[in-house]
Amino acid sequence: MKPLTTTLKYVGLVVVLVCAFVPIYWLLTTSVTSPDKIFQFQWFPTSVEWQNYVDSWASAPFATLYKNSVIVTLLGALIQVCVAILSSYAFAFLRFPAKNLVFMLFLGAMMVPGTVVLMPNFLTIAALGWVNTYAGIIVPGVGSVFAMFLLRQHMMTLPHEVTEAAKVDGANHLRVLWNVVLPMSRPMVVTVIVVAVVEKWNDFVWPLVSTSTDSMRTLPVGMLMIQDSEGFTNWGAVMASAVFIVVPVLVVFFIAQRQIIAGLTAGATKG
Amino acid sequence: MTVTDRSSAAPADAADPPTRGTPASPRRRRRREYLLFLAFIAPNAVLLAVFAYWPIVFNGYLSLTSWDMLSPTIPFVGLANYADMFGDPDFWAVLGRTVLFSGAVVIGCLIAGLAVAMLLNQKLVGRNLVRTVSFAPHILSGVAMGTVWLFIFDPQIGLMKVVLEKVGIAGPAWMTDSSWAMWGLVLVYLWKNIGFVAVVYMAGLQGMPTDLYEAARLDGAGPWTLFRRITLPLLSPVTFFVTVVTIVGTFQAFDVIAIMTNGGPGDATTTISWYIYKQAFQALDAGHAGAGALVMFVILIAITAAQARFMERRVHYR
Repeated sequence: MKPLTTTLKYVGLVVVLVCAFVPIYWLLTTSVTSPDKIFQFQWFPTSVEWQNYVDSWASAPFATLYKNSVIVTLLGALIQVCVAILSSYAFAFLRFPAKNLVFMLFLGAMMVPGTVVLMPNFLTIAALGWVNTYAGIIVPGVGSVFAMFLLRQHMMTLPHEVTEAAKVDGANHLRVLWNVVLPMSRPMVVTVIVVAVVEKWNDFVWPLVSTSTDSMRTLPVGMLMIQDSEGFTNWGAVMASAVFIVVPVLVVFFIAQRQIIAGLTAGATKG
Repeated sequence: MTVTDRSSAAPADAADPPTRGTPASPRRRRRREYLLFLAFIAPNAVLLAVFAYWPIVFNGYLSLTSWDMLSPTIPFVGLANYADMFGDPDFWAVLGRTVLFSGAVVIGCLIAGLAVAMLLNQKLVGRNLVRTVSFAPHILSGVAMGTVWLFIFDPQIGLMKVVLEKVGIAGPAWMTDSSWAMWGLVLVYLWKNIGFVAVVYMAGLQGMPTDLYEAARLDGAGPWTLFRRITLPLLSPVTFFVTVVTIVGTFQAFDVIAIMTNGGPGDATTTISWYIYKQAFQALDAGHAGAGALVMFVILIAITAAQARFMERRVHYR
């Protein structure tokens, strides 16, 4: 009985692994399979061919898409985390009347779904003249509730003596934040940065709505262009394009999986 | 959620130690701290006010108008858009599809996610690898992986067709078949979310009190009774959390739909988020888009509030 259940458990483990991994495997192998071989189904590629990547690179302005995605992702994540750090420090360490009420108002913004703000925010950036600009893509997304919440929770676990000592020594709050609190919050800061980077890199609907010219599109929006030009006929090129988007995230996930998993599931345990 | 905080626990002004170098009075120091607080929260406050709260107000206003988002005048029509929407069977069909899609993904995620979590909670070789790999789909681009799934669902050369043929099933045309496209989307969403749900459940399972199980086992409870009488009830806060997060996520499903079906074939996969997008950016009908967005907002707020009340009761109950 015992060995049988153990075997069953390992069978289950393999099934889960295969189900989760096969689409990623299929993406990677199809991207290096030549078009004629794609039509003769094969589980394992017999040779590695890069023609799909050449086709894919020619079917959309990838250099521009990449540049835009990198700018929007890095700048957006950086600004968002700075905004989050400043406000989380205020909520954790500074006095203010009715601070809890203000905090609740901030948290409430988390309940506003992205789909609901789509049209009004488009009209707002249109009124600001920000359509087809980096500001238009980045700024509406840098307000931060969840990262602020996680950082504040973390800051409140720091030993009180450390920050008190820094204040008594005459250091001002910016110095305390920079020299004491941030170094002690490094794991949480890394977590919120990585999560922000992944979210901004994958973001699709807002860049789609806030831009209309090819020169301002990001990679996920570029996926639509590629589908229009290559979709349903040249699967290899479409897969190669998807690889351009997916592989950077897979690399980041491979390096920082602990932080990403902790950051994304934090709401369950810390709410 | 607890809102106790550091600074209010700090000693009152009178008890503040005299600070070297700054001869400012406690009152001036306090005022300076208030101003600093405002300065620190200002960027976030402005951003959230303009890009999260204002849109709700603006949507509310636009939902009472009939505007093409271009003309300089915005004609006020009162509740006509709502009357129109709720009198339209197509809109009810959109809501119905959204609930079906959301419900199917939630149920699938809860069952499969809990099963995977209980499996990964055993001491098995390689379980960390499986945990990581099964979480990965959650963070991969929806448009990119959506195209991969389109290829997998391809009725001529798709992986799904080949696999189903191996077990003797002639698969449907999936995304081009209006009665199957929705189930294709459900599968993609399950693939994207089961690993995430499993990790959340694992955290819950690891917090289980072992003495309860031992006591129950001594009383002669079998594994099924343990699961039903202890594991499930103790996990109910996690279940609630996962349910709400998944409902909010599926109501907002967009990127996968955009790349895989465009809401079609016909209207077969037009859920509420796609409906709102279509009204706003394809039909240029700000009134219906605003009304649709507000309906969605109210539904999600109600669900979140229900969860919050449940959690509060739990905390008191404990």
